[in-house]
Amino acid sequence: MKITREEIEYIGHLSRLELSPEEVEMYTLQVGRILEYMEKLKTLNTEGVVSTSHAMPIKATIRDDGVSPSFTIEESLSNAPDRFGAFFRVPPIIEVDE
Amino acid sequence: MDRLLQMNIEELGDLLRKREVSSLELTHFYLDRIKKYDNTLHTYIKVTEEEALKMAKSADERLSKGEEGKLLGIPIGLKDILCTVGIETTCASKILKGFIPPYDATVVNLLKKEGFVLLGKLNMDEFAMGSSTENSAFMVTKNPWDIERIPGGSSGGSASATAAALCVASLGTDTGGSIRQPAGFCGTVGMKPTYGRVSRYGLIAFASSLDQIGPITRTVYDCAAMMNVISGYDPFDSTSIPVKAPDYTEVLGRDIKGMRIGIPKEYFIEGIEPDVRESVMKGVTLLERQGASVIEISLPHSEYAVATYYIVCTAEASSNLARYDGVKYGLRIDGKDIIDMYKKTRSMGFGKEVKRRIILGTYVLSSGYYDAYYRKAGQVRTLIRGDFEKAFNICDVIVTPVSPTTAFKVGEKIDDPLTMYLSDIFTIPVNLAGLPAMSVPCGFDRNGLPIGLQIIGKALDEETMIKTAYVLESELKLKKIPEEFL
Repeated sequence: MKITREEIEYIGHLSRLELSPEEVEMYTLQVGRILEYMEKLKTLNTEGVVSTSHAMPIKATIRDDGVSPSFTIEESLSNAPDRFGAFFRVPPIIEVDE
Repeated sequence: MDRLLQMNIEELGDLLRKREVSSLELTHFYLDRIKKYDNTLHTYIKVTEEEALKMAKSADERLSKGEEGKLLGIPIGLKDILCTVGIETTCASKILKGFIPPYDATVVNLLKKEGFVLLGKLNMDEFAMGSSTENSAFMVTKNPWDIERIPGGSSGGSASATAAALCVASLGTDTGGSIRQPAGFCGTVGMKPTYGRVSRYGLIAFASSLDQIGPITRTVYDCAAMMNVISGYDPFDSTSIPVKAPDYTEVLGRDIKGMRIGIPKEYFIEGIEPDVRESVMKGVTLLERQGASVIEISLPHSEYAVATYYIVCTAEASSNLARYDGVKYGLRIDGKDIIDMYKKTRSMGFGKEVKRRIILGTYVLSSGYYDAYYRKAGQVRTLIRGDFEKAFNICDVIVTPVSPTTAFKVGEKIDDPLTMYLSDIFTIPVNLAGLPAMSVPCGFDRNGLPIGLQIIGKALDEETMIKTAYVLESELKLKKIPEEFL
């Protein structure tokens, strides 16, 4: 098998996904099969081949450093699940001892 | 009114300008068709009736003043992956349910400038991940040629709605075949433009180095007309190509004498349905009769394309979809701390296939595996691009089937992801190489299901493809709308 249950659980954690035991089971099997299929790339000699990350060789474009309109605070926050004034509100990130 | 169904955008435009029909009448005609047929087909996630009528009225005002607009008063549907200001955009995912974009995608802006009428947002595989539209969180779209079958995917809503004339034309997106495969399965014309030809600004990202927006239409003329509106440089997309797009309708009707058509020997392999092979080869013969010459070519790295693609696209997806964390927009499920909130939100919000791809993408990028997968895939991608470069030294376009089969049954492949992935074997290499490609109908199989012929062009040479597709369409004169929907 290309991937173990433990690895799927760990990757789930890295991906910030909570997987049920059934999901772990299913993905271990399916991802394993897909990775096995990907093994065929190993049969190809790619020594010295430059990697492509973008299909079209375009130079990074740099715009003029000018002022232009952007979203207002209200627009930016319009879909916020929770807000406080002009901020997105989230659960505490740093615990403070009281 | 039924004669309207057979008209292309140019003919409808004439009718509208002569005031023989108003945009409001045309829009009502399409809204009525949606009411009549969409209970069967399930193509629209959201019908924007109110917005449509408002846009139609405004188009009629502009028409009465004699104003011009390439799509003035024409009712069109959009894949629900394109941001529309003030209108819910879900990507067919629970995680974006209720998301109201504060801005329009560049393509939507361009359509608005030309006076289009928005009929609604079309169904798709969640985050464009899939080949059957069965991965939508909301509903399964059916193929109008046989409602027991899938329309293809991920732009299945766009293809099905266009084929059944529940819109004049539509836009889809294509990352590994998501315009061409459903266009082929539904007997419509689909175009994936050169990477960078059409701005991706406001297209909800799946795999940024592969995604492109393009039209799905009933005719080649409409494809060219839609391309004229959406193509061109956009400073809001850093990968947009800074060249002026031509008038794509100009090449329609030009001959193809002396054109060299490459047929890749690797694409006519085992597993391809005999009816598909026969129909595509008949199309090639027809083009030959019109003065083109046929050359056998080789794309030796084709067999590695699917593996390469599923490394590249899942890696990019795992990164792109990290933004869905319950903080800025979309679903939030509270947890005991912030990590728990992320996990609960993402686990509830994403469907099976999206999770599968995030897991795969995170794995191939994870420490210790990066070189074996992602780096290797990038190198093979270079080899695949090289195959096409070599081939285009000796031919002008490449012709292949769009898919090895015609539309499959609902449920047939949904539990077997690898088999589903392999259904895009002929469309995927094109995205890896960034090339333009089209799907154009070339016949029907023994069950009456449409067969698509793929035309692949050189980078930025959509015109030669359009010209070729138009010759094929004019010669074949195939039925465009299934009987049941006339």
